[in-house]
Amino acid sequence: MELQLKVIEGLTVNRSAVERRTASLGGRRTVKKAHQAAWLLRAIQCMDLTTLSGDDTPGNVHRLCAKAKQPVRQDILETLGLDSLHTGAVCVYHQYVEDCKRNLEGTSIPVAAVSTGFPAGLSPMRERLHEIQASVAAGADEIDIVITRAHVLTGNWQALYDEMQMFREACGEAHVKSILATGELGTLTNVAKASMVCMMAGADFIKTSTGKEPVNATLPVALTMNRMIREYQEMTGYKVGFKPAGGIRTAKQSLDFLILMKEELGHDWVQPNLFRLGASTLLSDIERQLEHFITGRYSAYNRHPQA
Amino acid sequence: MNQIQSLLSAMEYGPAPEDAKLAYEWLDAHKREFGLYMGGMWVKAESTFPTFNPSTGKEIAQISQATQQHVDDAVKHAEKAGKEWIKLGPTGRAKYLYALARQIQKHARLFAVLESIDNGKPIRETRDIDIPLVARHFYYHAGWAKLIEDEFPNHEPIGVCGQIIPWNFPLLMLSWKIAPALAAGNTVILKPAEFTSLTALLFAEICERIGLPKGVINILTGDGEVGKALVEHSKIKKIAFTGSTEVGKIIRKSTAGSGKKLSLELGGKSPFIVFEDADLDSVVEGIVDAIWFNQGQVCCAGSRLLVQEGVAEKLYSKIRARMETLRVGDPLDKAVDIGAIVDSVQLQRISELVNQGVSEGATIFQSKCDFPTGGWFYPPTLLTGVEPASTVAQIEIFGPVLVAMTFRTPAEAVVLANNTVYGLASSVWTQNIDVAHDIASKIKAGTVWVNCTNQFDASVGFGGYRESGYGREGGKEGLFEYLQPKSLECKLNKSTKKSTTRSTGTANTDKLDRTHKLFIGGKQVRPDSGYSLTIPTLNGSVEVGRGNRKDIRNAVEAAESAFASWSSATSFNRAQILYYFAENLESAKAQLLASLTNVGYSPAEADNEWQLSLELILTYAAWADKNDGLVHQPPSRMLVYTKNEPIGPVAVICPEENGLYGLLASCLPLLAMGNSVIAVPSYSNPLPSAELYRIIEASDFPAGVWNIITGTPEELESTLADHDAIQSIWHFGTTENQQTAEAKSIGNLKQTWTPKTSIDTIPVPEFVRRATQVKNIWVPFGS
Repeated sequence: MELQLKVIEGLTVNRSAVERRTASLGGRRTVKKAHQAAWLLRAIQCMDLTTLSGDDTPGNVHRLCAKAKQPVRQDILETLGLDSLHTGAVCVYHQYVEDCKRNLEGTSIPVAAVSTGFPAGLSPMRERLHEIQASVAAGADEIDIVITRAHVLTGNWQALYDEMQMFREACGEAHVKSILATGELGTLTNVAKASMVCMMAGADFIKTSTGKEPVNATLPVALTMNRMIREYQEMTGYKVGFKPAGGIRTAKQSLDFLILMKEELGHDWVQPNLFRLGASTLLSDIERQLEHFITGRYSAYNRHPQA
Repeated sequence: MNQIQSLLSAMEYGPAPEDAKLAYEWLDAHKREFGLYMGGMWVKAESTFPTFNPSTGKEIAQISQATQQHVDDAVKHAEKAGKEWIKLGPTGRAKYLYALARQIQKHARLFAVLESIDNGKPIRETRDIDIPLVARHFYYHAGWAKLIEDEFPNHEPIGVCGQIIPWNFPLLMLSWKIAPALAAGNTVILKPAEFTSLTALLFAEICERIGLPKGVINILTGDGEVGKALVEHSKIKKIAFTGSTEVGKIIRKSTAGSGKKLSLELGGKSPFIVFEDADLDSVVEGIVDAIWFNQGQVCCAGSRLLVQEGVAEKLYSKIRARMETLRVGDPLDKAVDIGAIVDSVQLQRISELVNQGVSEGATIFQSKCDFPTGGWFYPPTLLTGVEPASTVAQIEIFGPVLVAMTFRTPAEAVVLANNTVYGLASSVWTQNIDVAHDIASKIKAGTVWVNCTNQFDASVGFGGYRESGYGREGGKEGLFEYLQPKSLECKLNKSTKKSTTRSTGTANTDKLDRTHKLFIGGKQVRPDSGYSLTIPTLNGSVEVGRGNRKDIRNAVEAAESAFASWSSATSFNRAQILYYFAENLESAKAQLLASLTNVGYSPAEADNEWQLSLELILTYAAWADKNDGLVHQPPSRMLVYTKNEPIGPVAVICPEENGLYGLLASCLPLLAMGNSVIAVPSYSNPLPSAELYRIIEASDFPAGVWNIITGTPEELESTLADHDAIQSIWHFGTTENQQTAEAKSIGNLKQTWTPKTSIDTIPVPEFVRRATQVKNIWVPFGS
């Protein structure tokens, strides 16, 4: 849709009220026992298993893909009554898109590439667009772009919209996730406005963070973005997905996000097509919790295969 | 484990039961039968009554029914304990309050589970809200116990306090009552609500465990008769009550003339005001916290939604959507938002009122809920299309029912918000700081929550305006309810205060005849009755106007309209007028001295009263712009500030003695603080007052701010005490007349102040405090 500045300017977020809501949510909702096990499995299904390090090599990317295909020990899966399970996607730099495609051949696991000069997003526009096209050409199913924070911080919504639209176009058939880098946007009101602009410009997903900002995915940010997704759906009927990323390391945190999705946006948003958790170490904790559910004994990291 | 597969596709929450085993073990250890706790002992009563679990309707335990004898015994214990408690000193008392706080924390979950079982409220609330606030309350007041002598000099404890609490927040209300009472050095007898006694009894065990001196806290369970016995007991010096306005009025009437200190925290129909610039999604969550907290059984529940017309439909549809995700059910399920209604009687009342609302034209929306069978549940309910004239817009429903209506402008929002007999709390939602503080200052309620609701803290006073009661609980302001000022030494000469004979003297014809009328609406007016009163003087007599019922009516009307501008005038403006009044008074010194010597004062006595009177004006001119509010420090990112607001038109029955000083001492504090006044001067010596008319006229007091009506107490006082537009009555007259005024005050539950000591022995800060009511304004912040 076209940029509707009037809508953007009318958006306002009361930070304290948002924080109260997220602070009380943990006390209002919880899942226990078998339900908890099921929800943790869902967290895995929604996970963008990620490696985005300067020292990534084909070797550790290969391990990552293996883990995406078999995120939980087979014996645990069987006890839980599941034949198979895989993560929502793997997420890597452009450099490793082809490796991943190869490693994941024969599976339905999509490959996501971070792009557009990730994480700062300040390389020349032409190169950012070219990077998207290159990743798509290499087989990436999903492109995680980063927005220019300056556009948000200076209130230049038109520039943000135009940029996002160009990214969108460059992605072609690939899904595009807009990384807002919320930790660098200053206020929740900015987060709300940036979310709305990116959705108007055609984002399939809005994503909190690169994982490289000092503050990454928080529940207040997630709540703010969820409310914008709801608002956008009311305006257009179109469902945009949400991806929190960065700092999500514990099983409990992943449940908090799932609960928030279910509460604010409903059942459709606890599915991999509309919800992803960007994480690299979260899986290990979930594996331990699942084993604990089965055995009743607390588990240890070394009992589960490394990613 | 094939079920996991289906759970995975359903992604439902599933049950999350709180384990209540230890709470039931505690009940069983007591054989499910409880005695009364008094004098540090457990006393069995002859008769008992059952307490029920509202979520199942099943009996939990048998509770003792206290009798008059028990009340008498408990009072003796509390009186005896009082001496020891005072002897302990601030540090000693602080240690016990600290121990209580610690004990609450150590047994937090047991309290939380027990409260949920007994009351029906969700474990989420007892665990995350009620019990932590209880602990906080004892901590905070452990601090005050230590500081009380330093921070409240010239005050002393009251003695034995009778405290009667409701069933909606059983342990929290206990803490609100007991903690300040003990911190101030009093001892207490507390009666829990009949429906919910259990946590108070567990609390009594904790008192035993920490070795609290016997008799300092006594817990008497039972029905309203126990409360009545407490209210009527002559040795109980203070009654603190939280409950319905109806019962509050009964208590006020029954304690009239007893000299008991009284604090009442009563009902409400609190407005929840939403401006079009508010963060509407956050507003929706605010509404959840306002009306779907504790099943809506909250005295300060934001039950009246006022929303700016342009965003009303949008907000309503957001509310409806949110209602569908509220989970109603077993209170012991950790993922339940709304539990059971406390009793079947309440359930029926809610349902009847909602039906009435619908039949009066409201549109009803209720979310779909599957209730557990057997318990007393009611679904979250939204009534839209409600008008101020609808029953459901006026009556406190005390259930999970929100009524909604619209407004057009900020001014209209204020009018609608204040269009109620209550004044307990309010909530204002806007992102505009100018609007927020403006509306907060204009709402007549003891608490204003800006962009939040149902926030509580021990450091912040809570209590009502109007028929929501008086007195504050929490904060520095709350401690005054459990203290009394020590009397000062007399400054005035009382020996030749007045001439008591009322013989018809003859008028002094040396000079021109003088006409003393009444002073109403800034003008000297003839009394409606057309009669005069003859006042004997040393050398004859003078006449003053004989005011009647209609003069009172006119004066109150003048005072009401003057109140709006006088209360919103700057305090500097009021100070200036008072100084100017002093200036003008000085120029009328001769007449005023004569008005005193005429009735038998010696010149020296008259001069003394004159000097003290002048001092008084300077005192209150000084106070006018210095009764600052506080900034409280609750443990959250908020600015919470208090405003000491004027109360309204106030009736003053001046002391019979000291015609000049008495009038000024009783009127000036009220005027300085922004109230308008209708004063009835001394019956036997109204002359100084009559002399003041022209001085008041000359001093720039706006018309109607200060009205003076001479006449007989019988004719004037009861009209004033009855008048529903009068918000407070200060009565320095006879004990008998004070009693009548207090009894009659229940029409609109006006505040009453009926000192038994001479007016010049009451310290000035007490006057200033009584002339205002504290409003607490909560403003969360965060960019």
